[in-house]
Amino acid sequence: MTEIIVVTSGKGGVGKTTSSASMACGLARRGKRVAVIDFDIGLRNLDLIMGCERRVVYDFVNVINGDCTLKQALIKDKRFETLHVLAASQTRDKDALTEEGVRRVLDELTAEQFDYVICDSPAGIEKGAHLAMYFADRAVVVVNPEVSSVRDSDRILGLLASKTHRSANGNGGVKEHLLLTRYNPRRVANGEMMSVEDVKEILGLDVIGVVPESPDVLAASNAGVPVILTEASDAAAAYDDAVGRLLGEELPLRFLEERKRGFFARMFGG
Amino acid sequence: MGLLSLFKSKPNSASIAKERLRIIVAQERGSRGGPDYLPLLRRELLQVIHKYVNVDPEAVQINLERDAGHEVLEFSVALPEKPRT
Repeated sequence: MTEIIVVTSGKGGVGKTTSSASMACGLARRGKRVAVIDFDIGLRNLDLIMGCERRVVYDFVNVINGDCTLKQALIKDKRFETLHVLAASQTRDKDALTEEGVRRVLDELTAEQFDYVICDSPAGIEKGAHLAMYFADRAVVVVNPEVSSVRDSDRILGLLASKTHRSANGNGGVKEHLLLTRYNPRRVANGEMMSVEDVKEILGLDVIGVVPESPDVLAASNAGVPVILTEASDAAAAYDDAVGRLLGEELPLRFLEERKRGFFARMFGG
Repeated sequence: MGLLSLFKSKPNSASIAKERLRIIVAQERGSRGGPDYLPLLRRELLQVIHKYVNVDPEAVQINLERDAGHEVLEFSVALPEKPRT
């Protein structure tokens, strides 16, 4: 059975694409067949984060319009052979994405026996965001511990509860998870940043992961390698834990406290 | 001042954020699922009131309460103590 997961947030710049790429990679690394789709029509970015930008020939809208087959448009990842990327179109036509078209592509991926389809939602609550979540079975709501991000994600929760295929057809609704990113344990300890518990309490969601703020994220996007593949990185480990929890593993949250630095490290910096 | 202020802790900005969010999220959840015209209704009512009294936009509360079988649209305006001119 194919599970469709939307990675969404409302607010831009909180880490939807970073999270989509890393979770898709993490699932593929565990042997799952995964397709990750960029729903940000007009502003293609997932291909850059995945490092396959020069191999995009056909895109999502090409498939919907019948300019090519789905197989032709799916870009096979160089690192994991069960991982596939469907790039966003760069068309400026906002109506290029249709509910019927999206349904056809998702049905075909289901028929092709993909285990997971990750829908990387655009920011906002317009058509692209709506269609990214519409057919989802589960939602990963990416949130930064910051007021505007939390408020916007609550708005998204309202839409997930009312404007999706599952909510409309009484299929028990979309299962929602909270993924907290750019978490800074030191600032939380100083009372300058809301804690996981604070955000969890406001939104009333179960936490699927907490990704600490890390320079590795920018380095990974610079290189076009999803951050989950960075070695000896807290952010990578946190994403891998999130993938494990997505698959039902019970893992304690890590990296919620500032890493203790040794005496010499504190004395001499570094 | 001086020594005393050393002991007085700075207001914790994370708890301010949490409190503000708690209130606004509860308010927005309350109006969710209500008719789409509520925000517009609120704005137009505010315009009408403004013709007579200069109230703060935040002093106008509009609420839709659902009970079994009926709905109550509640509208409350806190008038300023001294009319501003």
